[in-house]
Amino acid sequence: MEHLSDRALARLRNGAEIPDLTGTRYRLLGQVARGGMGIVYAAEDQDLQRRVALKVLEVPGAQGELANRLLREARVLARLEHPGIVPVHDVGTLADGRVFYAMKFVEGQQLDKYIESVTPTPDRLRIFLRICDAVAFAHARGVLHRDLKPANVMVGSFGEVLVMDWGLAKILAAPSDPDAPTRDFSSIDRAKETDGASLVTDHGRVMGTPGYMSPEQARGEVEGLDARSDIFSLGVLLRFLLSHRPSERSSGRTGRALEAICVKACAQGREDRYATVQELAADISRYLDGLAVAAYRESIFERLARFYGRYRFFILLIAAYLLVRVLLVLFYHH
Amino acid sequence: MPQDEIIAGDARFPATRWSVIEASRSADGAERQRALETLCQAYWKPVYKYVRLRWNRTPEDAQDLTQGFFAEMLERELLKRFDSGKSRLRTYLRLCVDSFVMNQDKAASRQKRGGEAQHLALDFHGAEEELGNGTIDAAAIASPESLEEFFEKEWVRSLFALAIEDLRALSAERKRDQAFQLFEAYDLDGDDHTSYQQLAQRYAIPVTDVTNALAWVRREFRRIALERLREICSSDEEFRRETKTAFGWDAH
Repeated sequence: MEHLSDRALARLRNGAEIPDLTGTRYRLLGQVARGGMGIVYAAEDQDLQRRVALKVLEVPGAQGELANRLLREARVLARLEHPGIVPVHDVGTLADGRVFYAMKFVEGQQLDKYIESVTPTPDRLRIFLRICDAVAFAHARGVLHRDLKPANVMVGSFGEVLVMDWGLAKILAAPSDPDAPTRDFSSIDRAKETDGASLVTDHGRVMGTPGYMSPEQARGEVEGLDARSDIFSLGVLLRFLLSHRPSERSSGRTGRALEAICVKACAQGREDRYATVQELAADISRYLDGLAVAAYRESIFERLARFYGRYRFFILLIAAYLLVRVLLVLFYHH
Repeated sequence: MPQDEIIAGDARFPATRWSVIEASRSADGAERQRALETLCQAYWKPVYKYVRLRWNRTPEDAQDLTQGFFAEMLERELLKRFDSGKSRLRTYLRLCVDSFVMNQDKAASRQKRGGEAQHLALDFHGAEEELGNGTIDAAAIASPESLEEFFEKEWVRSLFALAIEDLRALSAERKRDQAFQLFEAYDLDGDDHTSYQQLAQRYAIPVTDVTNALAWVRREFRRIALERLREICSSDEEFRRETKTAFGWDAH
């Protein structure tokens, strides 16, 4: 039997890992990232002469739980055509037996890196609103993300915000989208979701990211998950966006209102959270517009302060006008 | 009288999923025997080297203990007690080896076992050469973590070596010996300075032929190694984790 040196072992490992793109229209350019179940490579689509990202399963075989999950992720992405969700172009099996799908190659940064260059709170909140848009769209199509976190959000070089990695997505009821495929697609997905659900409980293994998962997701209550589970994760993500800035601390009314939004989104009991992502986004929009947020009951002084902050120009204008009038009256009186 | 058996590449277990564990629990004695052979192929070298280093045994003692361990695995049906929910098969077997060696220290029954148990024809001389002609640095693998790593590495080495033997046979069968030679020259024996261009010149073929040949061999190597791995894993989850171990992918 062949004796293998340590160097040969290392070469065999590396050589076996590289996806075999023989027979496809893709040419490998390099490795981009490693995910929970696959490796993402940059490749060139030689027919269309453009760069794409290939997510390739680590383990060969078109059957099995991982292959099903990757195919399912591709189908979920195909269902979600939205500017905030990375589009999928192709799906298939490579010559080496590994399942893959091709998607848009996003040039940009993960949110946790990108945010370091974005300081003003309103700018951060506008990024958050765009994440909410994409997630709300997915919910409207009957899809839960289940793994929302900064590492799964990309900000492109032109400022586009994309929610990535839908590998843990859960298909809820049939989509409300009137344009949804008419074939029995939802039933296929529901069947696969049963596989996904058993994944969560079979080995006592909970899928998701600790710290970002809702309490019910962390308990493995797969069947009962709804949009409010993603809302919890969005709340944690919002808190990250607001606090990931060691040199600055929010305070006063600003801090209290946004903190109240975070607290409501991250409530332990899901009945205490926002019912929909739109409600959460609406509260953030109200905050940006200087309006009262639903999550926080203001005192009269805070209301006045907010009123002053919102209409400061007009208030100062009126005050100046009144002051001039008073001075004129006094002048003529003398 | 001992019954010698040759553990060769063509004695592989039929390629059914998780077959080795299922077969080890079969009521059919022949099925159990074949399961043991499959396991033995993948594990005897790691076990032998582990006994040599972990238990600091002489080559003769380690050979005897390795033979005895696999005989006991069959006699006492150790695989029936394996619970895939608690540990990997590899870890379970390593702990069984520890327990076996400790029990052998207590009992002076080695002579008796040697007289009764069947013997497997194993290339201990080759294994000893791989250990560096007896140059053993036991201190280097003194901690439990490094012992685990050592056993794991030797297990991967054994798995890949078996896959390469299968690959050699497959290449000959498909009349693609040159592809296997290129694979040997580049992946097994080559240094970091070997290039596809050099190989193309050496074999007087276009560089694209080298690329295509190596792509085919690596694909087949990967497929064969994973097939062998599947045979000795007890579940999809264990297969996934062991694939990561064998191919160096990150565990999640």
